[in-house]
Amino acid sequence: MSENTANCPPTRIVGTPQIRKEGVDKVLGRAKYTDDLEREGMWHGATVRSTIPRGRIRAIHYDPRIDWSEFVIVTADDVPGKNHIQMISADQPCLVETQVNHCDEPILLLAHLDKRRLPAAIAAIRIDYDPLPAVLSIEASETQQEIVWGSDNLFKHFHLEKGNVDDIWASAAHIVEGEYSTGAQEHLYIENNGMIAEYSEDTGITVWGSLQCPYYVHKSLMAVFDLPAEKVRVIQVETGGAFGGKEDYPSIIASHAGLLALKAKHPVKIVYDRMEDLAATTKRHPSRTRHRAAVDLHGKLLAMEIDIATDGGAYATLSSTVLSRATLHSTGPYVCPNIRITSRAWATNTVPYGAFRGFGAPQTIFAIERHMDRIALAVGISPDEIRRRNFLHSGDTTATEQRMNEPIILDTLLERALKESDYANKRKRFAAENPHSPIKRGLGLAAFYHGAGFTGSGERYLNSLAGIDVPPRNKVRVLVANTEFGQGTHTILCQIAAESLGLSYDDVEIAPCDTNIVPNSGPTVASRTSMVVGRLIERSGHQLIATLREHAGLADDYTAQGFFTACDRYRDQHGKVESLCRYEAPPNVFWDDQKYRGEAYPTFAWAVYVAEVAVDTVTYSAEVTNIYTVQEVGRVLNPTLAAGQIEGGVAQAVGYALYEKVQLKNGHMFNNQMTNYIMPTAADVPAIHAIFEEIPFAYGAYGAKGIGELPHDGPAPAILNAIQDATGENFHAIPLLPEDIFVRFFSHTPHQEPVTV
Amino acid sequence: MSVIQLTVNGHQTQVEAPPMKRLLDVLREDLGLTGAKEGCGEGECGSCSVRMNGELVNSCLVPILQADGAHIQTVEGLAIDAELHPLQKAFLECGGAQCGICTPGMLMAATHLLVHNPHPTLEEIREGLAGNLCRCTGFIKIFDSVIAAAAMGGAKTHAR
Repeated sequence: MSENTANCPPTRIVGTPQIRKEGVDKVLGRAKYTDDLEREGMWHGATVRSTIPRGRIRAIHYDPRIDWSEFVIVTADDVPGKNHIQMISADQPCLVETQVNHCDEPILLLAHLDKRRLPAAIAAIRIDYDPLPAVLSIEASETQQEIVWGSDNLFKHFHLEKGNVDDIWASAAHIVEGEYSTGAQEHLYIENNGMIAEYSEDTGITVWGSLQCPYYVHKSLMAVFDLPAEKVRVIQVETGGAFGGKEDYPSIIASHAGLLALKAKHPVKIVYDRMEDLAATTKRHPSRTRHRAAVDLHGKLLAMEIDIATDGGAYATLSSTVLSRATLHSTGPYVCPNIRITSRAWATNTVPYGAFRGFGAPQTIFAIERHMDRIALAVGISPDEIRRRNFLHSGDTTATEQRMNEPIILDTLLERALKESDYANKRKRFAAENPHSPIKRGLGLAAFYHGAGFTGSGERYLNSLAGIDVPPRNKVRVLVANTEFGQGTHTILCQIAAESLGLSYDDVEIAPCDTNIVPNSGPTVASRTSMVVGRLIERSGHQLIATLREHAGLADDYTAQGFFTACDRYRDQHGKVESLCRYEAPPNVFWDDQKYRGEAYPTFAWAVYVAEVAVDTVTYSAEVTNIYTVQEVGRVLNPTLAAGQIEGGVAQAVGYALYEKVQLKNGHMFNNQMTNYIMPTAADVPAIHAIFEEIPFAYGAYGAKGIGELPHDGPAPAILNAIQDATGENFHAIPLLPEDIFVRFFSHTPHQEPVTV
Repeated sequence: MSVIQLTVNGHQTQVEAPPMKRLLDVLREDLGLTGAKEGCGEGECGSCSVRMNGELVNSCLVPILQADGAHIQTVEGLAIDAELHPLQKAFLECGGAQCGICTPGMLMAATHLLVHNPHPTLEEIREGLAGNLCRCTGFIKIFDSVIAAAAMGGAKTHAR
C-alpha cells in the first residue's frame, strides 16, 4: 500500500498502525461473545415462526406428548407495552397477533432451562392458517393488485428533477437504455445473532448482546416493556461481525429475550443457529434500476433518466433511508445538467430487507457503472475516457443541486488506478491472447463516490453526544455508544482521544458500551463513526485540556503525569472529570427534506477500482484475479485498519457479484446454510491492492471521512465490466453464477445486443 | 452417559457426557473453554477448529465418544504462559483479527499449517486456510499474518 500523506498536518498517534485495543483478548480466545456468557439461573429461549408468507392464524396446537408446564410460552398477549419494534415506522410487530406477513415471522417464544429440549418443543407446535395471497416480487407489488402494506404497497417514493430532461432526447447524438438488477445478500457475520436478557422490578430490563446500535435497542425495549429510560439498560458485548445486519434486528431479539425473562423470572439467552439466522434476519435489498441516458457525439452526458425499485420486504424497517441513499448515489460521480430520478421501495411478503454495508449505494452504483460502459460502447470510446469526460469536479453540482466545494480528485484517482493495474498494457495483451485461449481475461473499471455520514438532515436529528472522562486511576475513558464489531472503532477513537489530549495511546481506553455509562453518540452505521463521533472526541479532548489549564493548573508543556495530577486536582474540586461535546453541523451544509434538495452529505469519499477477471469458457466460472482500489477517504487514521476495511469490503463485494445467491421459495430462504450459500474463501479472494490518497476533511476527526462502506460499492460493476471486456457478453444482473454464464454462452451464438436505441 | 478421558492443552481431564455430544459443546460447556466458536454447526465455517491428536478437526462434527483418549489443542493452549504464540503476535500486529470470532479457529488452522509446512507459499496458505471462513478481513491480512509468523518461527510448538 502506498500512501500520500503530503496534505496532512503532522500527528503523533493518528495515522499510525496502533494495535487493536481488544486485539489481545481476541487472539487469546478469551474475548467473550454473547454465546460465551452465562448468567446465574439462566434459561434458554427459542422462537416459533410462520411457515407461510401471508395469512391469518386460525389455531395453535400444542402436542400433548410434551409436558408444557416445564416451558415458559410467550405470545403477543404477554407484551406489556406496545407490540411493535420501534424503527422509522411502528408497523412491525414484536410477535404476530393475528396476521402473518412473511415466512419465518416470530409468533411464539419458548424458554426452558435445558436448551436441548427446545427443538422438539418447537416441532410439537402446529399452527393452522387461513392463507392470503402473497406478493413475492417487486413486479408483483408494482401491479398493486394485492395490497400487502399501507394503501399502495409503497414504503417510500422519491422524485428528483434537475434541469429539463424532456427537452434533450430529440437532439442527443446517442440515447442508451439499460436495465440492471441486483439480488439480496446475506451479511454472513460469522457470529449469529444472540442476546441475553434479565428482568427485575427494581432495575427493569437489562440485555447483553451482539448489536451495533445500543440506543436503538434501548428505544425499542422502552416501547415493548412500557418502561422509562432509566429502567432499560443495553450492554453491547463482543460482537462477531455485523455489516449492518445487527443494526435493527437486535431490537427484535432483545425484546424476545426480555419477554421470556419477564415471564420466566429467570435470565434468558437466545442465540440463533445459522439456519435460523439466515432464514429470519435481514438482508441487502434486491433492486432493479432502469437507465435512459442521452449523450452528445463526444459522450458528454446531456440527460439521465433513472428509475429505481427496491424490494423492502414485509415491513418498513429502514427501507426509506436505504432508498434515499440508493437514489442519491444513482447518478454516479458524474456531472449532468438534466436529471430525473424516480425511486420506489415496495412491500413484499418476504423477511424485511435491512441495512447492509453501502445501504442502497452498491445497488444503484452497479447500475450506473455498468451503464457507463454501455454508453462508451455506443459512443465508441474507451471505458476510462467516457468517465474522464463526465467526472464531477469542484464547483459542479449534483442531482440535488449540491455544489461540490471540496477538492475532487477523480482524474488523479483514475490515472493512478490505470497505472497501478497496468491497464493499457494488460488490455492489449489480453486482446491478443484471448482468441487463442479457453480462458478469457479482461479488465473493468468503476468510479464512484460514497456520501459520508447520515443522509440529509440525519446527523442534525441524531444530535449526538460523546466525550471522555477520567476516573481516578490514571486512564482516560472514551464515552461513546459506538460499537466495535471488527472495524476498529475502539482503536480509532482511542487514537483520536490520545492525539487530542497529548497523551499516549496506552493512556486511553474505551468505556464499557453500556447505556448506563455512555451517552447516545448515535448508531454505528453509515461510515459516520470516525468522521462524526471521532470529531466529537477530538473536540472533547481539546475542551478538557482548556478546562484543566484554566481551573486545575495544567502546565503548557505537560507530561502524562502532569495531566493526571491536574485531573485529580479538578476531580477534588468538581467531583468528576468529564468532557462531552454535541454534534455541530459543518457550516454551509443544509438539506431540505421537503424538496429533497441541498447538501445530501457533508462530504464524500471517492474511488476508482479496476477489476481483472479470468472467465473459463470450459467451466463457465469467472474468477477475479486482481482488484486495484484507489480511494480518497480523507485522512487515514490507522493504515492497517483502513486497508482492512477495503480488503474486507472488496471480498464481500466479490461475493455479491459472483457467489452469493439468496434463494427464496414462497418468501422463505431455502439455501439457509453455509453449505449452499457460498461466500468467497481464502482460496477465492483476489489479490486486493488498497491505495489511498488523502485530502483531509475540515470537519472530520483529524481530517477523516467515511471509509467502511465505500469498498462494497465498486467491485461488482467493475467485475461485470471486466467480464464484458473479456467475453463481449453484456451481463446486467448479479449475482452472476457459472450457471448464468453457461446459459448465456450455450443458448446463443454470442451477439452484440443493440445498445443504441 | 459415557465417561470420556481427554488431554486438553496438556491437562488430563475426564468428562461425563452423552456419547454423541459434540466435542465443541464439551469444550465450551463442560470444560469452560469458549475459545472455539459455533458459526454454522455443519463443518463449513471452521470457527470451531481445534487440533485432535495432531489433526485439524471441526469440533462441531466430532462426537465426544470419538475423542475418548485424545489429545486436544485449542486456542487457549496456544500461548505459553503469558507469552503470545508467534501466530497470535502476528495476527495482532498485521491486522489478522477484526471482529475476532473466526480468529480462534483460524489460529488453529494456521498452527496446523505451519506444523506441517513451516514456510508455506501464499498459495499453500490459501489452501491451508480454505476451510476457515472470515467475513471481515477478505483474508489478505490473515495471509500477511501467517507469512509474518512463519518468519518468526511460528512452526515451533511448545511442550504441551
